[in-house]
Amino acid sequence: MAKVTLKGLSHSYLKTQSSDADWAIRGVDIDWNDGGAYALLGPSGCGKTTLLNIISGLITPTKGDILFDDKVISGLNPVERNIAQIFQFPVIYDTMTVYDNLAFPLRNRKIPEEEIKVKVHEIAEMLELSSTLNNRASGLTADGKQKISLGRGLVRSDVNAIMFDEPLTVIDPHLKWILRSKLKELHQKINRTMIYVTHDQTEALTFADQVVVMHEGQIVQTGTPVDLFEKPKHTFVGYFIGSPGMNVLPCQIKGNDVIVNGKKIETHQQIKKSNFNKTEVGVRPEFISFSNEGIPVKVLSVSNTGRHKIVDTESETGKIKIIAKSNEDIPSGSAFLKFKKEYTYTYGDSWIIE
Amino acid sequence: MNKTVNQKAWFFVIPVFVLVAFNAIIPLMTVVNYAFQETFGNNVFMWEGTRWFKQIMLSERFHASLGRQFLFTFIILFIQIPLGIAIALTMPKEGIGVPVCLVLMSMPLLIPWNVVGAMWNIFALPDIGFLGHSLNALGFDYNFTQQIGDAWFTTILMDVWHWTSLVVLLSYAGLRSIQPAYYQAAEIDGASRWAIFTKIELPKMKKVLTIAILLRFMDSFMIYTEPFVLTGGGPGNATAFLSIDLVKMALGQFDLGPAAAMSLIYFFIVLLVCWVFYTLMMRNEEKS
Repeated sequence: MAKVTLKGLSHSYLKTQSSDADWAIRGVDIDWNDGGAYALLGPSGCGKTTLLNIISGLITPTKGDILFDDKVISGLNPVERNIAQIFQFPVIYDTMTVYDNLAFPLRNRKIPEEEIKVKVHEIAEMLELSSTLNNRASGLTADGKQKISLGRGLVRSDVNAIMFDEPLTVIDPHLKWILRSKLKELHQKINRTMIYVTHDQTEALTFADQVVVMHEGQIVQTGTPVDLFEKPKHTFVGYFIGSPGMNVLPCQIKGNDVIVNGKKIETHQQIKKSNFNKTEVGVRPEFISFSNEGIPVKVLSVSNTGRHKIVDTESETGKIKIIAKSNEDIPSGSAFLKFKKEYTYTYGDSWIIE
Repeated sequence: MNKTVNQKAWFFVIPVFVLVAFNAIIPLMTVVNYAFQETFGNNVFMWEGTRWFKQIMLSERFHASLGRQFLFTFIILFIQIPLGIAIALTMPKEGIGVPVCLVLMSMPLLIPWNVVGAMWNIFALPDIGFLGHSLNALGFDYNFTQQIGDAWFTTILMDVWHWTSLVVLLSYAGLRSIQPAYYQAAEIDGASRWAIFTKIELPKMKKVLTIAILLRFMDSFMIYTEPFVLTGGGPGNATAFLSIDLVKMALGQFDLGPAAAMSLIYFFIVLLVCWVFYTLMMRNEEKS
């Protein structure tokens, strides 16, 4: 068990780097507490797997340091770092039984057989694999195999951290839910640092206490699921998290006033500076309502999801989505929108203006 | 399920049936025909029943060539499979080395059997051949045309040179298809290089290796051209493998009946060994 710290971490797969785009990850600083559950969330190619492999020691970073419990471990290999990693595809040793698979990491570390037996049975119990211990691992279903991969990570009681690299990709949707709850439950039971990489916001938000959102190799926001939803620090977080994502509209800043489509609106923050190339206003569809005055829009379409209605409207400077109650009457043709002040933010060059 | 009854559809099978008939069934049936009869030419046949089969099964000459054949096949499998895997493991995994190695490896496979035999014949000649001359210069008494051991050594070396590449290419393909996550997981699990080989690489290569062993078994068991050109089955009958012996009997002595019976026995041995081997290898696959 360990605290994980990353300092000024950058990595490039190229030998020489000329622009920001040549870096897979750049300038990453992270402080993760011992025993926490963390998620790295971002779209494909944002560098999250690279970051995970750097922490586990499968990739050596171009720049920066990795610390476990304040000790620099950048030069160590995965075995010396004593971490466990679970991959996207279940990795099992085909020719071995479930028992031998779970015992493999311990046997490689020359732990006595009696001790291994206790440990393996304990983990098998936790993962509900006890009844299949003597079966050949290759005969199991995808979720059974992924449980074995998971078990091989959990079986060593001294691991510093357990990493998950999109572990539920090949699992059927209804089993995903079960395995995810299992993971959460395991985390509470064994209390080890867990780092979970995913592009699925539901997975990240349900698994982790702290979610790190990555975009183009950089961390754009770290926070609790509620923070990410209620106060996105970057427009990317706004539209990546939430369904549908945040509405982002161009705005002008004049003195202390924020002007959208010629109308002055009220936002969460007091604007102090305005020397940006691009200024935008962001507000989630959940925090917009129809009103008698405000931003004039044309209602385009309404889709009812059962729980609520998603209304597509068009304003002068772009489309705005609204989430309305399923029993709410939606005006047709022209309408006016009102943004909830506490959840309306202004962004300068995509970053929130504090 | 209601299936449409349409007997006319059988007509569509006719082209395939005709093709298979001409390249397999009719020639095979001709052999069967000869195997049970005696002929003195002019299309006159006399029924002999199972006489030729009994004769072949009891013949010391057949036992000897069958023994030589199995010995040869086992030796070359024993050398080529491990050697092929070893070479595949050391081949580069990326960069310019990959195509270079693949092309170099494919070269021997592209050379016609006749040419391989002729090349090795000249290469191994004790007086002027590079191999033969060098060995003699180094003090070995080497002459593959007269000494049985030397003839076997040369034949096996030639076959290893010609066919190990096939095992290499198949193994390499098998190795390349292993997901990197397996190696990463093994690294994290603290597996040794030997454990990675036995627990990941070998099991993942099982299917291609089955194919490789089957192909190498069949090809080496039916080998004809190369030893025929290299040694002609000699010295004496020392390298007269089944096919060489069969051709001698059929075309040299014109014993068509016994030769046909021998062909069928030969054919069934190949079939039986392949079937047993394949069933054993795939036994566990069915369950999973």
